[in-house]
Amino acid sequence: MDNAIEVVGLTKYYGSFLAVDNVSFEVKKGEIFGFLGPNGAGKTTTVRTITGVLRPNSGEIRVLGYDMLDEREKIKARERTGIVPEMANPYVDLTAMQNLRLMGELYGMGRREIERRSVELLKLFDLYEKRNVKVKAFSKGMKQRLILAMAMISDPELLILDEPTSGLDVLSARLIKDVIREEKRKGKTIFMTTHNMVDANELCERIGIIRRGKLIAIDTPEKLKQLVKGSVSVEVSFEPMKLDPSEIASATRVELMGDKARVFTNDPDATVKELVHYAERNNLRIVSLRTLSPSLEDVFIKLVGEGND
Amino acid sequence: MIETLKRSFAIAKKDMRIFYLKGPVVIMGLLFPFFLFLAFMIGRNLSGGHLLVGLTAMTAFFTSTAVGPTIIPWECRGRTFERLITAPVSLTTVLLGDFQASLYFGLAITFAIAVPAMLYLSVRPAIWLFVLSTLLAVGCFSAMTVLMSSYPPTDVPADVMMLSSLVKFSLLFISGIFVPIENLPAYGRWISLVSPLTYYVDALRHSLGKGYLPVWLDLLMLALFGFAFFFTGTAIHRKVLERRFT
Repeated sequence: MDNAIEVVGLTKYYGSFLAVDNVSFEVKKGEIFGFLGPNGAGKTTTVRTITGVLRPNSGEIRVLGYDMLDEREKIKARERTGIVPEMANPYVDLTAMQNLRLMGELYGMGRREIERRSVELLKLFDLYEKRNVKVKAFSKGMKQRLILAMAMISDPELLILDEPTSGLDVLSARLIKDVIREEKRKGKTIFMTTHNMVDANELCERIGIIRRGKLIAIDTPEKLKQLVKGSVSVEVSFEPMKLDPSEIASATRVELMGDKARVFTNDPDATVKELVHYAERNNLRIVSLRTLSPSLEDVFIKLVGEGND
Repeated sequence: MIETLKRSFAIAKKDMRIFYLKGPVVIMGLLFPFFLFLAFMIGRNLSGGHLLVGLTAMTAFFTSTAVGPTIIPWECRGRTFERLITAPVSLTTVLLGDFQASLYFGLAITFAIAVPAMLYLSVRPAIWLFVLSTLLAVGCFSAMTVLMSSYPPTDVPADVMMLSSLVKFSLLFISGIFVPIENLPAYGRWISLVSPLTYYVDALRHSLGKGYLPVWLDLLMLALFGFAFFFTGTAIHRKVLERRFT
C-alpha cells in the first residue's frame, strides 16, 4: 500500500446543500499534500470526512489502509494519525504539560513515554519554559504550536493539519513550517489545508485545488504554474515612481502597486529593454528590476476566480 | 475494554480539573441544594430520619447533575470538542468520561454531606442499603446528564442548564421528598413513578425501615433508568453530532 489517504467519490450534503461533490484523490506515503480552496469551497468538510468526524453521503475513505466509515477501523487509523482540526484550541484551563498528558493518555501511551515525548515536543516548539503555565495566558501562536505538539504526541506516521499556520505571527508560522519539513524528512505523510499560497508553494509536493465542492486541479506546484500562460511579468521600481503604460509596447497589462509596477508580458526580454529605455528617456533611477514567473497565487486566481464560494 | 476505561478516565480527569470549579457547577451543585434544603427544613417539625433522607436525596440529585449537562456545550464553545473526538476514542468513550466526572463529583459531595449529617442527627440507617442505593442513584443521575447534554446540540451552556433545571425541578417535586409517596393522591403516586429520584428517596427510607415500594424494585429501577439514560443519550449524541459542526 503506497497511499496514506485514499478518497474515492466523496460526496457530502448538508441538507440540500452539496458541500463536496464526488471528490477523489490520494495522498502518497511520505509526501506533503496541500489542499487549497477559497472560503466555503469544501476544504474543512473534506478534512472532517477524512478524519471521521462527518459521515459522507457516498464515497469511500481509507486512511493508512483503514476504512474510515467503520467505527472500529476509524479508531485504529486515528491511533496512527495526528490531527489538528480547523480553529481548534487546547484546554485553556489546563497547563501545556497537562494538555499533552491528556492527549498521550487518549493515545494509550504509558506514563514515562508521555513525559519523555512531552518534554521533547515542548522544547521543539519553544514552550518548555511555559510548560506549567495555564494555556489561557498563551498567545495565539503559542496555542497553535501546542495544538500541533498535541497532535504529534504519539509520533504519528500521518499528520492531518487544517490551516496550521492561519493567522500566526511570522516566527510561529516559520517554526511550524520547519517542523512540518522535518517530519517529512523523517518519512511522515502530511495532509494540510491552507489559504497561504507561499506556504503551499514552499512546503507541498502536490496540491489539490477545490472549488464549490469539486476538485478542479491536482498536480505538483510547478506543473500547476504551467497552466497559467502569459503570466510572466517584470516588476520594476523607479525613483521617482512614474510609469506610462502606453509607452511599453510589449506589455499586455500593467498593475501599479505602491512604489513599484508589475508589467505582464509575453516577451520579457523586450519588456526589460523597453523599461530601461523608458527610465533613460524620463531621467528615472531604476531602484529594482526583476522578472517573475507565474506564482501559485496566479494559478489559484485563474482556476478559482476572485471571489469566495 | 480496559483500554476504553483508561481513556475514559483520562477524559474524566480533564473534566474534573476544568469543570468542577466553574461558577454554574458550584451554584447548581453546591449552593442551590444547600438553600433548597434550608427551605425544606425551616419552619417544619421534621424528624431526623426525614431530614437525612431529604438532605441526602437533594444533595445526590443536584451534585451529580451539576457538571454533566454543560461539558459538551462548553467544549464546543471553547473549540476543544473536535480535537477530543478526533483522538483515538469513540464518542461513547468520551461520554463515559463525562459520566464519570459527574459520578465522582456526586459521590464525593453526597457522602461528605451525608456522613456528618448522620452523626449530627444521630440517625443510623442500614449502611449497606444506604451506600448501595446512593451508588446506584448517583450513577443513574450522572447518566441522566448524558441525556440532558445531548439535545439541543448547542454551544451555549446556559441553554442546556435552563432545560436541565426545568427537568430537575419537575422531578424534585414529584419524588416524595417534600410529600411522602404514600401521602400523595393516587394520580400523584402514578406520576411519581416516572421519576428515578422517587426510587432513591424510597430506598433511603427503606434504609431507615419505612419504605413504600419494594426495595428490590427501587434498586432495579435506578439501574434500569441509569442504563436507559446513558444509551438513549449516547444514541442522540451520535445522531446530532454533525449538527455541532455545521
